[in-house]
Amino acid sequence: MTVTNLAWVLIAAPMFGAAVLLLAGKRSNAWGHWLGVLASAVSAVLAIGILVELLGLPAGDRASQLSLYSWIPAGDFSVDVGLLIDPLSVTFALLITFVGTLIHIYAVAYMAQDAARRRFFAYLNLFVASMLVLVLADSYALLFLGWEGVGLASYLLIGFWNHRTDYAVAANKAFFMNRVGDMGMLVAMMLMFASVGSVDFETVFAAAPGTNEGVLTATGLMLLLGACGKSAQFPLQAWLGDAMAGPTPVSALIHAATMVTAGVYLVVRSGPIFEGAPTAQLVVVIVGAITLLFGAIVGCAKDDLKKALAASTMSQIGYMMLAAGLGPIGYAFAIFHLITHGFFKAGLFLGAGSVMHGMNDEIDMRGFGNLSKYMKITWITFAAGWLAILGIPPFSGYWSKDKIIEAAFVGEGWQPWVFGLAAMVGAGITAFYMSRLFFMTFHGKARWNDGKNDLPGVEQHPHESPALMTVPMIVLAIGSVALGGVLMIGDGFTTWLEPVTGVAEHHEPVLPAPVIIIATLVLVLLGAFLAWRQYAAAEVPITPPAGSWLTRAARADLYQDATNETLVGRPGEHLTRVLTYTDTAVVDGAVGGLGSGAVGWGERWRRLQNGFVRSYASLMLVGVVLALVVVLATRV
Amino acid sequence: MSLINYLVLSGILFSIGAVAVLVRRNALVAFMGVELMLNAANLTLVTFARMHGDLHGQVLAFFVMVVAAAEVVIGLAIIVSIFRTRGSASLDDVNLLKN
Repeated sequence: MTVTNLAWVLIAAPMFGAAVLLLAGKRSNAWGHWLGVLASAVSAVLAIGILVELLGLPAGDRASQLSLYSWIPAGDFSVDVGLLIDPLSVTFALLITFVGTLIHIYAVAYMAQDAARRRFFAYLNLFVASMLVLVLADSYALLFLGWEGVGLASYLLIGFWNHRTDYAVAANKAFFMNRVGDMGMLVAMMLMFASVGSVDFETVFAAAPGTNEGVLTATGLMLLLGACGKSAQFPLQAWLGDAMAGPTPVSALIHAATMVTAGVYLVVRSGPIFEGAPTAQLVVVIVGAITLLFGAIVGCAKDDLKKALAASTMSQIGYMMLAAGLGPIGYAFAIFHLITHGFFKAGLFLGAGSVMHGMNDEIDMRGFGNLSKYMKITWITFAAGWLAILGIPPFSGYWSKDKIIEAAFVGEGWQPWVFGLAAMVGAGITAFYMSRLFFMTFHGKARWNDGKNDLPGVEQHPHESPALMTVPMIVLAIGSVALGGVLMIGDGFTTWLEPVTGVAEHHEPVLPAPVIIIATLVLVLLGAFLAWRQYAAAEVPITPPAGSWLTRAARADLYQDATNETLVGRPGEHLTRVLTYTDTAVVDGAVGGLGSGAVGWGERWRRLQNGFVRSYASLMLVGVVLALVVVLATRV
Repeated sequence: MSLINYLVLSGILFSIGAVAVLVRRNALVAFMGVELMLNAANLTLVTFARMHGDLHGQVLAFFVMVVAAAEVVIGLAIIVSIFRTRGSASLDDVNLLKN
């Protein structure tokens, strides 16, 4: 009996936790949150056990399938529930359970004042279980089950405080936009079934090289649509900013570290499909490049700490998408950046939650300033995440982001120049907005009401958060500092993923690698310096200045909502109006007309029924005579 | 004597019966009209049987008589019960099923 055979417990433990917490109801209020933590921790320990076991095997034997039961046996179409344990899925399982457990612990303190804390932990456990189904599935059908499960958990948690209408609306928005992506997933599965006759990873990938390129391109694009919905990539990015309505641990776990990266996982996992469809791959890269710049620009203008971090998440996932679209040379780096990003972005979000905790849930960065004096641990852990996302060596982000930028410069023709420069410029903008939010929050002059000055707002007494919150932050900060470097020792991480992502042949980028590294660093330092000059050295106005047209556009999320409204919302409304009219006028008209016509004729004929037997008799006689005449007339 | 005369007679009888049914208000008289029409039909059946020399027509006439006897029993019962409840045997008073 090996540990790998117990992989189903990874999913079962948090699922059990969620079931107990939801079914036991109020009775479990007292201990429910600890059960939630325990369920997640069991999975984390098991995931580490599986990792250790896989590391003990030769690289070729690390992938194994664990068949659980037959799920949909329907003639030619049969889907089994099976788990795929390979380096990629185990990497994800580790990220999900480890970061998930830390965030569970953090949430015990963060949600302590909330009456519905038990329900919150039930949803968190449900999320962890669904996410593990997603990454451990061995077929697209089972993956889709997890895909929908995390969507549900995300919806429930964004709208956790649904007594506020705008939060409930944000949850709906996320759900609807994800449905658009899910349609793509469904169509992709139908295409696979139509062309290959199966939705198993193994069968589909084995058949992919021999499949028509048009079919592969269509499948790839539909998968990309699904990935765009889940990962908030252009053009389905609009929901992520509003999703910050959820409690901060949710933003950290679901909308930064794990769920939103599921799209990247999907693209990397579907590698064999994308490799047969260069057009689809190019579209993936373009989507990634657009989103990374889009998110970075939006991030520069947001004054809401969490929304700025959300824009940053979008931008960083853009980097991963870009790398995933580059093919085997990018897969490992996409996953690598995903892991390091999972750590430092979760740490940043937890830091933001800690700041909110100490500042009466204030979230506007223009009302912060000089908090480093009051929240030492938060400040230091946040700084670790900040340096990591900037990509300053030797912090985690440097190792992963730099590799992506380098990979983006590989290729022929116009593509390496466009994508490489986009990634490089994106790194510079990232440095600007991340430094902006770091300096605005922790440095400069205090812009909050401390009871002695006459600044607006409630009186604030900033204080450090309890140990239950700071310890997870410290652990994540250590990850932000060291994880990237440790995983890259001797290219360990890329070698570990090679059985799944394939061996990447080494290609020379169009610019020499040292030039790329130095140029990126110069841009990053320049961005950080500009932010320092404007937001730490100079005074930050409490009321936001009007700003240039670009600032205003970025504040309005580059008009993403207005665009959606114009392109989709309004035409949709018109379409429904036309359909409603057609329904009432044509369909209902025809059916109703038949009915009222029959009634009208009935009214006429009713007059004949006067109750006088003799008039009936005379009618009968007339009828008989007529019939007789007809019969005789035809015989003559 | 030509058999045609029987047919003419039955035509006359049938017409008298039909007119009686149509014009008389009294249910008993209208009922007699119905009987007259049935007997006219019987006469026709018997005449044709004679003309063609087969017995089908006569057999059919017996059937008609049996049915007519049953019909008379039920019809008279209905008329009597109507007369008892409504105090009249006028057909025009029995129009509750109108409209």
